[in-house]
Amino acid sequence: MSPQITLATALRVVGQLRRDPRTIAMLVVVPCVLVALLRYVFDGQPETFQRIGVPMVGIFPLVSMFLVTSIAMLRERTTGTLERLMTMPLAKLDLLAGYALAFAVIAVVQAAAVSAVAIGLLDLHVAGSTALVVALAVLNALLGMALGLFLSAFAATEFQAVQFMPAFLLPQLLLCGILAPRDSMSDVLRWLSAVLPMTYAYDALSRVAAGDGLRGDVAVDVAVLVAAALASLALGAATLRRRTA
Amino acid sequence: MSSPAVEIAGLQVVRGGRPVLDGLSLTVASGSITGLLGPSGCGKTTLMRCVVGVQVTAGGTVTVLGLPAGSPPLRRRVGYVTQAPSVYADLTVRENLRYFARVLGAPAQRVDEVAATVGLEGQVDALVAALSGGQRARVSLATALLGSPELLVLDEPTVGLDPVLRIELWDAFRRLADAGSTLLVSSHVMDEAERCDDLILMRDGELLAAEPRQALIARTGAADVEQAFLQLVTGRQAA
Repeated sequence: MSPQITLATALRVVGQLRRDPRTIAMLVVVPCVLVALLRYVFDGQPETFQRIGVPMVGIFPLVSMFLVTSIAMLRERTTGTLERLMTMPLAKLDLLAGYALAFAVIAVVQAAAVSAVAIGLLDLHVAGSTALVVALAVLNALLGMALGLFLSAFAATEFQAVQFMPAFLLPQLLLCGILAPRDSMSDVLRWLSAVLPMTYAYDALSRVAAGDGLRGDVAVDVAVLVAAALASLALGAATLRRRTA
Repeated sequence: MSSPAVEIAGLQVVRGGRPVLDGLSLTVASGSITGLLGPSGCGKTTLMRCVVGVQVTAGGTVTVLGLPAGSPPLRRRVGYVTQAPSVYADLTVRENLRYFARVLGAPAQRVDEVAATVGLEGQVDALVAALSGGQRARVSLATALLGSPELLVLDEPTVGLDPVLRIELWDAFRRLADAGSTLLVSSHVMDEAERCDDLILMRDGELLAAEPRQALIARTGAADVEQAFLQLVTGRQAA
């Protein structure tokens, strides 16, 4: 692995995104609009907005980075640039880390914007550290990127790649505890939710919202999220083949 | 004579349960231009993918510059251009070349040099998406030249180019070979064969001939390579 190649890859990915300002605008503006929508949907139940607002701020980046990455990687595969890179002295990790670096920058901007809107304009209250909420949002973005990278290997077309969002992320959103407490779910679903990464993202964010710091349960959640991101990056690297049939 | 740039022995490739290449053996002389000719679907691309080391093989050996095809040290020494241009459409020509130069560890001035070699010095700041098909193919070709590779594997590099440009590119190929590079160039246009030193003729995954062009013409007594190809095909069907 080489830092120069990783950095060159990150700059290349940012350069491509720069040519697509509408996507960048949507990445930043859409979560802000949605969180504002949420605030007024629960206009009469401010306590509900307080409960789910912070987790939503941290989960948006996971969803958008998942989508952006799976399409970007699918394009690398279908346009032949991935095969070209695989014939060059580039380590698979250079490519993955390059994408991670580029998208982490976008994730910081996205998380900062949505936090500013939610906390600054919509009076969302965070008892814990706001910086920790942004940091968790970036971690979730990286997790979403890693999952997108891995799952894109199973999509032959962009239609299929887009379908992975409802197929793979929507169930996690339903089961993570944001709709109903996990304790009230049927046993099978509770067990299932315990192995899905978004559950830990929700748990960490709602604990920070309630005033916890980066210790105890939150630290465990973070460890699980980091492990899940690394595991799917490793699986993603395994799907990048230098030789194909 | 120096050792061959590529040595293939008993190469087999199976795709979808069907043999695509069935026990192919040949060599590619170093410092020469070898033309790989045959109709579309005859296995030219598969053979080139084996040389670059991106193809899963079912048997046989492919040795490139003395190493097994696809070995990590070869990634700096072999340049490969696929038939479909594989560059980033949402970047400019210069941005594409600069990125691949960094990956290859090639000096920055190579970007302008290779752009000039393929006749794109006037378009370096154009988005690849805005270029014509032929121009995109040349960006893809320029990318493979960045690292000054010892072996260049080019899959139909002149498809869709205007005749003047085609001649210019073949002149560039000749200069590269004169400077010591080995070129393996596929084409389904037989007239391009006249510009090659050696020829590999293929049909349906089988080797019809692999020899110097002059020797092929002399052996078959044909007027040109197209005639020689037809003779070899009919000779085989009669046998």
